Amino acid sequence: MSVPTDHELELSVAGMLRFGVTAAAIVSAVGGFLYLRQPHLPVSHYKTFHAGSLDLRTISGIWHGAVHLDPRSLIQLGLVLLIATPIARVVFCVVGFARQRDRLYVAVSSIVLLVLLYSLSGGF
Amino acid sequence: MSALVFSSLLFFISILAGLLGAMTGLGGGVVIVPVLALLFKVDIRYAIGASLVSVIATSSGAAIAYVREGLSNIRIGMFLEVATTLGAVFGAYLTAKISGHWIAIIFGVVLLYSAFSSYRSKVDHLIPVNPNTLASKLKLTGTFTSFEGTNAYSAEDVPLGFGIMFGAGTLSGLLGIGSGAVKVLAMDQVMKLPFKVSTTTSNFMIGVTAAASAGIYLARGYINPTIALPVMLGVLCGSLLGTRVLVKARVSILKQLFALVVVVLGCEMIYSGITGRI
Repeated sequence: MSVPTDHELELSVAGMLRFGVTAAAIVSAVGGFLYLRQPHLPVSHYKTFHAGSLDLRTISGIWHGAVHLDPRSLIQLGLVLLIATPIARVVFCVVGFARQRDRLYVAVSSIVLLVLLYSLSGGF
Repeated sequence: MSALVFSSLLFFISILAGLLGAMTGLGGGVVIVPVLALLFKVDIRYAIGASLVSVIATSSGAAIAYVREGLSNIRIGMFLEVATTLGAVFGAYLTAKISGHWIAIIFGVVLLYSAFSSYRSKVDHLIPVNPNTLASKLKLTGTFTSFEGTNAYSAEDVPLGFGIMFGAGTLSGLLGIGSGAVKVLAMDQVMKLPFKVSTTTSNFMIGVTAAASAGIYLARGYINPTIALPVMLGVLCGSLLGTRVLVKARVSILKQLFALVVVVLGCEMIYSGITGRI
């Protein structure tokens, strides 16, 4: 494998981002379609904040609902995919910098990745 | 309001926000929170959750256009993301600690600043550079090609730039916005990077910064699927459309109009925060 230039690295990353956003939009749009097709839609109340059930707040809960085609879980799965695209971008950069043998930037991008994973784990 | 009407209205107003945001360069996310909170009477936590998700979508969706320009600097971006992501985690914690009134007031001030900063002069600092030791050690240098030829640039005042980036991340995590205006301020005004390098690198950083608070927002329940979905899809469609018409349309009048809308929304947010309506 040849060593990628910075610009080639960025182009592959950008292509991946576009794929991620498209996939996320499709998954959540399917969820939205199923949601609006339900016969008795509840009238929305968003004036006051309720954290809601854990099913829509943890990745395992969202996944569990989505495989059972629960509309709100499917939407949420799409949104999780969307949140994952910038994280995948940082992973790409860690790998790219490693191929360029740029140790300093492997370290820098790994720190960013750790912060992102900490947040995605719910920040505990 | 029935769910179908509510979702459709959200979707169309988000298209408009994304379109105007992309065409004027102010960003679509910046008006989503005040519109949701003031017009749709949605709780501000749901509003910032939906806005943050749409910020990630536009940043990732527009990345390919920015990368083709070949001006963004991934090393500078990645280095500064250490500051913005840590700031974003801190900001996401703050949203749980401070009241909605204060969030509204801070939001209003940031809106006024964004409108103001869009009028700042965009003159490049093409002074001959002698890279300082810190910038060279951290490889915060690059070359920038314009009509006048190729110029080397190097980051100045790295510690202050890094500090402001932490602040930009905190605002992003606290308010659910991309805080592109503050990121550009740090790179363009403090680190003296060329303006085009600053704006394109900023776009790349916005998505990563937002992702750093999104996980925490999700766990707290700020990301409500039925609000976030129409907003995200709308802003994404609008901004992708907006970047296409950007070259053709005369944007100066539009920009002034939109900046005026942003100022009005900013004042309304501050007023609502002080009087306790948000």
